[in-house]
Amino acid sequence: MLLRELVEADGVSGCEKAVRDILIKAIEDRADEYRIDALGNLIAVKYRRSRSGAGVAKVMVAAHMDEVGLMVTKVERDGFIRFAPVGGVDPRVVVAKVVRIGEERIPGVIGVKPVHLLEPGERDRVLKFEQLAIDAGMSGEEAQRRVRPGMYASFATAFELLDEGGLRTVKGKAFDDRAGCAVLAELLAESYPFDLYAAFTVQEEVGLRGARVAAYAVEPDVAFVLEGTVCDDSPKEKDTSPTTRLGAGPALTVMDRSVICDRRLVQLLISEAEAQGIPFQVKQPGIGGTDAGAIHVQRDGIPCAVVAVPARYIHSPVSVMSLNDFENTVRLMRGTLQRLQGGLEL
Amino acid sequence: MKELIKSLVEAFGPSGSEDRVRDLIAAEVGKVAREVRTDALGNLIATVGSKGAGGRRVMLAAHMDEIGIVVSHIDAKGFVRFGGVGGVFRLALIGSRVRFADGRIGVIGSEQKRVEGDLPRLDQLFIDVGAKDRDSAPVKVGDVACFDRPFVDLGGRLVAKAMDDRIGCAVLVQVLKELGETPHEVHFVFTVQEEVGLRGAQTSAYGIDAELAIAVDVTTTGDTPEARTMAVSLGSGPAVKVKDRGMLSHPGVRRWLVETAEREGIPYQLEVLEAGTTDAAVMQTTRAGVPAGVLSIPTRYVHTPSEMVDYEDVLGAVRLLVAALRGPAEIG
Repeated sequence: MLLRELVEADGVSGCEKAVRDILIKAIEDRADEYRIDALGNLIAVKYRRSRSGAGVAKVMVAAHMDEVGLMVTKVERDGFIRFAPVGGVDPRVVVAKVVRIGEERIPGVIGVKPVHLLEPGERDRVLKFEQLAIDAGMSGEEAQRRVRPGMYASFATAFELLDEGGLRTVKGKAFDDRAGCAVLAELLAESYPFDLYAAFTVQEEVGLRGARVAAYAVEPDVAFVLEGTVCDDSPKEKDTSPTTRLGAGPALTVMDRSVICDRRLVQLLISEAEAQGIPFQVKQPGIGGTDAGAIHVQRDGIPCAVVAVPARYIHSPVSVMSLNDFENTVRLMRGTLQRLQGGLEL
Repeated sequence: MKELIKSLVEAFGPSGSEDRVRDLIAAEVGKVAREVRTDALGNLIATVGSKGAGGRRVMLAAHMDEIGIVVSHIDAKGFVRFGGVGGVFRLALIGSRVRFADGRIGVIGSEQKRVEGDLPRLDQLFIDVGAKDRDSAPVKVGDVACFDRPFVDLGGRLVAKAMDDRIGCAVLVQVLKELGETPHEVHFVFTVQEEVGLRGAQTSAYGIDAELAIAVDVTTTGDTPEARTMAVSLGSGPAVKVKDRGMLSHPGVRRWLVETAEREGIPYQLEVLEAGTTDAAVMQTTRAGVPAGVLSIPTRYVHTPSEMVDYEDVLGAVRLLVAALRGPAEIG
C-alpha cells in the first residue's frame, strides 16, 4: 500500500528525497514524463488523451511531500542532542517520543523527567524546545561522531489499521500531506481532457516554498491542492464548529488564512460530489493555510481549490484518518477533473 | 458622481465575492475604454490610450472588495458563528447588521456570560438570522456577508459602508470618463482581495507589467476627538502618500503628483500612515520593480459600517489624476 510506504518514510521539510523516491517508483509508469526541479519538487506530466479539448489546457494538482519534524542544533558533550522544530510543532507533543535521526535513521528518544522527581508546579508548565534533548543512548563521543548539527529527526511511528469496520481508520504520522501525495499518485492512473501536471512539492510546512516555484514554472490555467487537514471532532464544551469531521468525506476549503478558493471550482467539486453521491464537508473557514496560498498568486493569477482528507492530531507524532475519506477524495477528484472539459465558464 | 458612489458602496462585495461590484463597474467603463477584461482571479482591467512620446504603461488600481464575515458554524438553535474576512473590528460589530449574497439580513449579538466591560472576542459573537434551529437556518458554512448600511449624503460629507475602497473605484471610473487624450497606455485595474492580502493587485501587476503604478485607496485621519496623531484631515484635499507600513512611495511619483496639484491649484496633503498599507505595496515589488505611489482619500471610521469621506476631496482626487495623466510623467 502506497500510503503506508509514504507515511513510514521520513521527509521533514528540506529533506524530502526518501518520499520523492517512493513516489517516483509509484508514478513512473503512469506519467508520460517527470522531472525534479531545482528546489526538489517532483513534477510529473500526464498529457491529455486527445488534442481536441477546448477550454482548460493545463491543470496542476499539488500535494506536499514534506512533513513537520525536528532538526539537530547541537550535540552536547555528554551525548544529549539538542534540537529545534521544523514547521509548526507543539512542544507539548514531543516529550517522551521515539524519533529517527538522519538518513541512517538512528533511533533516539526525547527524554522526560520521571514523575517521581517533579517539583510542585512543574507539572503545569510546558517545557520549551531548548529544555528538551534527544537521547540516542550513545556515549558523548559516539553521539558527536554520528550526529551532526543540521541533521533531521522524524517521529518513528508505524502505520497501522485501527478499525477494519465502519470508518476504516488508520494511524500513522505525516498524513499531512502524504495522504494528498497518495491521492495524487492515484489520479495519475487516468487521462484527462487536459494536460495534468502533478506537483509533489517540497517545503510547504516552512512557507509554501516549493509550490511557489512549481506554479511559476508550470503556469497552469487552474490548480487544485490536495491536503491532509485539521480534524478536531472531539466533543466540545460549547456548540461550536469542528474544523472537519472524520468520516464525513473530503473537506472543501472556501477560505483559509492563505487563499480564498475560486468559487467556480468549489461549485464544480460540490456538483460532482452530489452527482456521484460522495459525502463532502466544508472546512471551517479561516483555519490554516496551504500551497494554494502561494499558487494562486503566481504570475497573473491561477484559480485554485483545496480538497483535503481530514486527519486528527496532525503535526504530532501520530495522527488518525479514515480510509473512506481517503478513497472518497480520490473519487471526487477524478470525477471533478473529468468535468473540467468545458472550461471554467459558469 | 454621488449616484455612482451610492451604487458602488451599497453593492455586496466581500473579498472573493466581488462579482456584483465588477458588473457595476464594467457597465460604467464598457463604452469608454478601448478594452475591458476580467483576469483569472477576477480583477477587472479597463484600458485606454496608447504610449506616445514621453508616455508610459501606467497601472491605476482601486480595490473592489470590502471587509466582511464568513460563516464558520451554525449551532443547534440556528445561531451563526463566524470569522472575519479582512480586518474586522470587534468594536464595530455588536448591533451591526450584515447582508448575505441573497440579500438576507442577520444581526450580530454577543454572548452575555463574559467578563463585564471586556470587549467580546470574535468567537463570543454570533449572527442571528431569525432561524429557529439549524435546519431552518437559511445560510451555510462558508457563506460570506458584508455590513448592511445605506449610503447617506450629509451634504459635504458622505457616509457608507465600504467607502474603503469603492470611493477609489468611483474615482477611477470618473477619471476614465474624463481623461480624454493621454500620452500613456493606462490600465484601470479594479482589484480583488485587497483586504485579505493584496492578492488581486499582485497578480494583475504582474500581468500588466507597468512602468508606473498608482493605487487609489482610503487613509485614516487625525482630525477626530482624541485621535492618534496624524496630519491628515477630511476636507483638506486628497493625500499624496509618503509612506505606510508596507511601502515607501517612489519619490519621483510623489513629486509628480504634488507638482500637478500645485500647478492646477488643487488642495492636497501629504500622508504618513503608521498602520496599514495598500495594493501599491505589491505593485511596487512585482517583477523587476515598478515606481509606485498612492493617492489617498482621507476617511474617518475606516473598517466600520459608517466610513466618512469629504466630497471635495473625492472631486480633487479625480481632477489631480486627470491632470497628471494628460501630460508626460516626470518622475525621473
